[in-house]
Order: sequence, then structure tokens, then C-alpha cells
Amino acid sequence: MAIAYTPGLRVAPDAVIRQVRRLPMKGQVLVGAGQTVGADHVVARAEMPGNLHTVRAAQMLHIEPQELGAAVLIGPGHAVKAGDVMARTKGLFGWFKSELRSPVSGTIEEVSAVSGHVRIRERPRSVEVLAHLAGTVVEVIEGEGAVVEARGALVQGIFGIGGERRGPLRVVADGPEQVLRADRLLDCRGCVLVAGAGAEASAIMAAAEAGAAGLVVGAVRDEALRQYLGYDIGVAITGQEDVPMTLILTEGFGELPMAQRTWELLASLGGQLASINGATQIRAGVIRPEVIVTREGAAAGEAPVEPEQVLQIGSRVRVIREPHFGRLGRVSAMPAELAEIETESRVRIAMVELDGGTEVRVPRANVEIVQG
Amino acid sequence: MGDVSRIVATDCGSTTTKAILIERRDGEYRLAGRGEAPTTVEAPFDDVTVGVLNAVGELEELTGRRFLADQKVTTPVADDAGADLYLSTSSAGGGLQMLVTGVVKTMTAESAQRAALGAGAIVIDVIAVDDGREDHERIARIRSIRPDMILMSGGTEGGTVQHLLDTAELLVAADPRPRLGKAFKLPVIYAGNSAAREGVQQVLGDRVELIVEENLRPQLESENLGPAREAIHRLFLEHVMAQAPGYDKLLTWTSAPIMSTPRAVGEMVQLAAREEGVDVLAVDIGGATTDVFSVFGGQFNRTVSANLGLSYSVGNVVAEAGAANIRRWIPIAVDEDDLRNRLRNKMIRPTTIPQTVDDLLIEQAVAREALRLALLHHGALASGLKGVQQARTMADLFTQASAGGTLVDMMSLGLIIGSGGILSHAPRRQQAAMMLVDAFEPQGVTRLAVDSIFMMPQLGVLAQALPEVAMEVFRRDCLVALGTVVAPVGRAREGEVILDWRVGAESGQLRAGKLQRLALATGERAEAEMDPARGMDVGEGKGRRWTGMVEGGAAGVIFDGRGRPLVLPSDEEQRLRKLDEWMRTAGAMPGGPH
Repeated sequence: MAIAYTPGLRVAPDAVIRQVRRLPMKGQVLVGAGQTVGADHVVARAEMPGNLHTVRAAQMLHIEPQELGAAVLIGPGHAVKAGDVMARTKGLFGWFKSELRSPVSGTIEEVSAVSGHVRIRERPRSVEVLAHLAGTVVEVIEGEGAVVEARGALVQGIFGIGGERRGPLRVVADGPEQVLRADRLLDCRGCVLVAGAGAEASAIMAAAEAGAAGLVVGAVRDEALRQYLGYDIGVAITGQEDVPMTLILTEGFGELPMAQRTWELLASLGGQLASINGATQIRAGVIRPEVIVTREGAAAGEAPVEPEQVLQIGSRVRVIREPHFGRLGRVSAMPAELAEIETESRVRIAMVELDGGTEVRVPRANVEIVQG
Repeated sequence: MGDVSRIVATDCGSTTTKAILIERRDGEYRLAGRGEAPTTVEAPFDDVTVGVLNAVGELEELTGRRFLADQKVTTPVADDAGADLYLSTSSAGGGLQMLVTGVVKTMTAESAQRAALGAGAIVIDVIAVDDGREDHERIARIRSIRPDMILMSGGTEGGTVQHLLDTAELLVAADPRPRLGKAFKLPVIYAGNSAAREGVQQVLGDRVELIVEENLRPQLESENLGPAREAIHRLFLEHVMAQAPGYDKLLTWTSAPIMSTPRAVGEMVQLAAREEGVDVLAVDIGGATTDVFSVFGGQFNRTVSANLGLSYSVGNVVAEAGAANIRRWIPIAVDEDDLRNRLRNKMIRPTTIPQTVDDLLIEQAVAREALRLALLHHGALASGLKGVQQARTMADLFTQASAGGTLVDMMSLGLIIGSGGILSHAPRRQQAAMMLVDAFEPQGVTRLAVDSIFMMPQLGVLAQALPEVAMEVFRRDCLVALGTVVAPVGRAREGEVILDWRVGAESGQLRAGKLQRLALATGERAEAEMDPARGMDVGEGKGRRWTGMVEGGAAGVIFDGRGRPLVLPSDEEQRLRKLDEWMRTAGAMPGGPH
């Protein structure tokens, strides 16, 4: 446990990006290896089984489960419409017959002589997976999907909500320290907006109402997020929220300027098509939200650049906890012995020379390596 | 036992593998060393034994002994190398994740849940006829969760058969796949009405690996959880562990079967309750989950609050408790907006630690709420059997006692054991004591302790082979005594004398609304007499004297006159003043007196 490392977030102007595009169930793959695809290209499609409905048929017809087979008029595998008579008892001398009508339209899946139930499956629904990135199919996963490779800029955020969306990048702040104002949101339908240090709830709502596809911003207040979502996020597993616009935070919560390097990269890509995803998972197999802007043509053969992992003297870091939260600097010393901090805890620390020249003591757990 | 002098035990947690060495010296078993290394069940290693070798390797470096040869932990000791016993527990790979089913949510389904939790599982969902969901919703849910194992219960003997067949058909329709090992069949334990066994077997066919056990709720009035728990444990070893990378190898090294970590802790808590002769409450609060174990009146219970924790799950504590409830414990003025942002930042950067006093106080406030909620969850499940008709006497008419009531009785509770970083590594032990007292509100006389290095898993597995040794180490090296809390219960006006106390040669009076502390060092015990005022109770009944021994610790003896339930002043200024006063008295305020 002697090595101190803290994984940073990737901010790369030119990287090789691979994404696995997979169906939630077995289906049909519609692309071949080597094929060039656009971001909206359908890679694979599956028919998702419809909802299953259970009808307590024997009970409703007042017969024993083993008698159900003889009463059923429409057998397994056959279609049925809502209201159709699907079972009828013989009755007594042709009298006192009981009928059972289907509550839904679908296909009879099972008639059980054990439980006396009839199960009806509704019509299947079509599920499609798009390429999401403009690139090349480098691998086909039989019956499941494909791996798409592209070359371009990649920015990982720290937290996001909402799923995959695409749209042209549009910078709506004058600098990384500016908070988003609602009057900058004209004509932003379908765009992925890039703002600076924060966005008030009213500006987030206005952007969503104006039809923006996404908003990438340094930070928002938790209260603004709650107002936008309508509830408090419990566990940090996101991406499935029912929101009209995907929201990606690059730094955290509160009001924090977007890191200069992130800002400069996103600002340089204004007008280009961005593929974004707010999905975040902090525990077990970390997933971070992403903004990807691909370049024309096939992917170059360069290997993806992994961020530096081991903290050492000279590492460029960002402090990620109070009292210097958000400040950037460089590690100037890493004393081996434990040191007492303000809380009276004895912890391993790093000396960090903040941009501007001040040297501060920071617990090693509270710095994040940044590139460059 | 005479020939066992060196024991190595490991606990393979989801992030860290911890190894301990227990040695016999001068006839006494003591903890002789500890090593740790990152757990290696995931890529790129995919082999749990790599982490075990690293952790035991660190133990070798620190103790100067040798335990490893030919890339394994060797037993028994030969040429002064190896160990006489090597044991291990594991919660790596997310622990044992189970789906349980029953007929009525508060009856058989709840019994099944207790069986699974008691066996050390994480219950990811409970399916019951009255759970308010449509079949297709249940099917979608079963498909999405990928359990390691399913426990089916329902129907008392002579009761419903139909509902069990329905559940079996639901499972067939959902076709659940196990989380690990794509090739093997999902184990399903059937522990419901024996009259439905054949039908269930017929419906499930060979789609799953069906194991039939005795009905876990044969009658409404009684549970029979033992056979189902044993089956869960057996299947955990045979199927789940066998699928986890490297466990087949680790199983050949250990002197006894590997145990799931929570089950081992449960074994240790039960042994401690038996040996000490008291009711015990133990809690392990982590970043993602909080486990609570209890033994009340000899009955063991365990619950997992899967989404109550201090980092990954901190957002959920805010959502469940509300920001205002967290804020009420912070003895400094903090704006709610700022508080929420800070906690969200902790959630997205879970490995950070508080550097400022404000941040420390905020995290300890969150811990109080997470612990309070975890105990509420625990109290709801650690209960008598619901749905039981009880003969009521005239006396019962005047009490709230009813069937299905919680077993958790804070007055009978004799010992609280806290574990997890926020409690074990609090900068001051007094802070750990105050977190436990504020969150759990113990009543009467209660000892407080922390398991400083979370050694209970290893001791729990050791207790299976050598209970006396496990207990010896538990008393001497595992528990760090925090002290004793004395909390009179009853109605009193602020400032009124509610208790006359004598501890050894010291004596004093406790007033309502006040907190007092008497220094009594770790390892010290003193005879004590507690005389509660009329209408106040410290365990022997209203106004009745309590006599006994109290134990010391870092926090000494805390006399808590703040009342039960503990209600904080609604006036902001008064609340801050009171919190500050209590924390300073307890020696828990950073920068304040010890």
C-alpha cells in the first residue's frame, strides 16, 4: 500500500477512442468489420420481448388447473387480441358455460396445467444501438453489437446525468470562470452547450426548454441539480434519468471554474459535432461522463494516452477538497512520515506549490493528477 | 489446542486484503502483526491469491517470520516457517448477492430475508405476492439483477401451494442468469411449504440447480432458519466462491472452509454476547454500505443497509435523512446549500479525507444520520414474527408490546461495537464515542468499543475452530474500549437533577439537558452506584438503584442527561451552543480540551 496514486480524468485533444456498442440482449448486428459509420448509424437491432401478463385462468373459470388445456380456445404460440375469448368451459349439459377474455393483445406463451395460469406476451418492441461516434467498425460481437473506433478529442467529466446525445458544440460563456446566463441561450436547439464555472437552475431549465441536447459546465449547485431532476440523486449511478438534456460537470458541485485546459479544448471545437453521454458510475468499474468530438477519416494508429497514475514530485495536480478545493499546482515534496493536519488526524501528505506560488500541505488523498 | 501456536488469518475484502498473525506467547494468544495489500479479484490479476500473498508478505516483513513457501501459505509450521492454522474470510467481488421470494412480504418473505442476511448475503430484492408489482415488472427486475443465488420461501405447512407455483413460473419466465460463471446453473434453494415441492420441481425442471430444504417458516408462530442458512453457506462455497477467480486455489491452502466476511462477523458477535452475557449491537459503517449485527435475548440478527455509507452512498444518506437532519448535528453554522455541495463533492471523489475542522464535523454528522437510519432498518427486521396471534392478558392492554415488535431494546443493550473508518480512525476516540451515543441513543448503562483494525472477520472464522482463542484475542487486542455511557430515561425539566452517581471514589449529580464526563482510563474498572430520580430509569426500573462495574476507555464514563429520545433545540443559536458544550465536555471537539 506504499504507492499513492489517484486516477485523473482524461482531457485529450487527439486520442484513439474505442467504444463497445452492445445490445441489452441478443439481436442482429447490422454492420461489418472495416465499415465506416456515422454517429447516427444503426449498428445492431433486437426485438425486445413484450411484457408478460399472467391470467389466473383456471381460478377465473372455476375449474381445476389440469382441466384448463381442454377449455383453452387459443393455444400457445397463437396471437390474441384484447377482448378475444381465449378459453371457455363446457358447462353442464351445454349450460352455465364460463368464458375468459384476454385482457391484452399479444401471443399466448404458456398454458400451465400446474398453476392453471395462461401467460400472454405483448408485442415485442424494437431496440436499436447507434454507432454514437463517427468512425470505423473494428470488431463485430456476434449477435450483440460492435466495437467502433474513432480518432478525436475526448473530455471526461466528473459527474453527469442523462444518456447519449449528439449535437454541435456551442460555447455560451466568455471564459471558464463565467456563470451561464439564460440570455445566452438563443438558437441552441440540438446543440451541446459549453459553459464556464456554473449554471443556475433557471439557466439549466431554459437550456433544456430551448431544446439543447446537452450542457457541459464546470459545476452546478446540488440544489440546481435537484430542481432540474425533480428529486435527489441517491447513489452515484446515473445515465438513465428521464431528462430532456444531458448535463455533464467537469469539476464538481458548487461554483468551480472549468479547468483551463478543458475549456481551451472545448472552445477550440466550437461548431463541430459532439457525442456526449452523462452516464456516471463511481463505484465498481468507474464510468465517467464523456464529450467526444471525432475527426474526419479513419482512426490513426496511435495508442490511447493513459493519464499519469503515480503521484510523484513534479506531478501536476488539482486539489479536490477544502480548503484549497479546485486549485491547481505542482507537487513539490512528498514527506514519508505522517503529519498532523488541522483535524488532528495523522495522514500522509504532499506539499503542493499552487499556481501563484503559495506552498500548501495537502493530504495525498485530496489531490488528483491532471495532465500537462 | 496445545499444538496451535501460530495462526494466520486473512480477510479478502472488496478493496483490501488484510492478514493478521496470532501467536501464543507465555501461554497467552495475542495479535502479533498485521499486513495488508489491495485485493486482486479483478483484472488485470483475476486471482484472489495474489492479494493474499502480498498481504501475508507484508506480514512477513513486519514480523520477521516466514509463512510463505512455494507461492502459498504453508501449514503446519515446519523449520519455524508457515502457520499451524491458516484461515480466511471473503467479501470480495461484491459479496454474496441474493434474491429472496416469499408469499406475504411481512411474513414468509421477511423470514427468508432474515435467513439470507444471517447467512451473510446482500439481499438485492424481495419478491412477494403482495409487493405491489405487476408480473412483468418483477420479471424485468429479476432479469436485471443477476443474483448469485435465489431463496424461495412461502406457505406455512398445510398452507398455500398455488402461490409457490406462481413464483416458480415467474422464475422460469424471467430465466435469471447468475452473476458469475456463465456456464453454471443458478442455485435456487426451495425452503417453502413441503406440499409444493413436487410442483415447484416440475415447473423449474432442470433450468436451475434446485436444492430442497426444510420449510423456513413451518408455522406462523415459528421460524426454522438454520437449514436454509446452512444451504446458503454451502452453495456460497461450492458455487459462488468456486466461480470467483483464484478461490479454488485459496481453498486448498486454508485449514477450514472460507467464510463470507459478514457471516464471520456474525459468529464473533454471537460468541461475544454469549461469553460476556450481554446483549450486543455491532455496526460496520463503510463508504457504500452499513452492516448492523445484534444479539438481543440470545437472538441473532443482521441487516445490511446497502445504500447507507459515507462516500459512494453519501448522496443517499442526504436523500433518506434530509439535509436538515444532517445539519442539526454540526456544531458550527453551515449553510444548507454549502453542505449539500460539499457532500456531493465527497460522493464524486469518495477517497478524499477531511482536511478542515468544518469538513470533519460535517462527515461525523453524516455518520450519525447513517448510523441512526441503519439502526432503524435493523430494528424493523430484527423483530418478532409478524402475523402471529398472541393471547393477551390484562397487563398487555396497558403496554405497546405486540407481536412483530422489534427485538432491539436499547435499555437491555450492554455493549456497542463500532467499526469502519469514520469510527475506527476518528482523530479522537471521544468523537467515535459521541457518534455512537448520538446515533444509537443507548439507554441505561452501556459499554462502548471500536474494532480498531476490523479484526472481527478473522476472529469469527477462528472461532469455528478455536472459540477460546478467538475470544481471548477479541478481549485483549480486537476491541478498543471507548468507555461507558450512562443515560437515564424518563421525563424531566431542563436543569432538574435526574441522577446521583458514584463511580469508585468519585460522585456527582447529573442534571437534565447536561452531559458530564468522568475520566476512567482504558483497562480500568470501577464499582458504581447509580441512583436515578423518581420517574427516571437506568435499567432497574423507575427510581431504582443500579449497581455494578463500569469500564473505562478513551472517553471515560459519559453521563448523558440529554434525554431519550434526544431532541436538539430548534433555535439555531441555542442548538449550536448546546452542541458545542456537549462536544467540549466529551472531549470530542477538535482543538478543544481532551
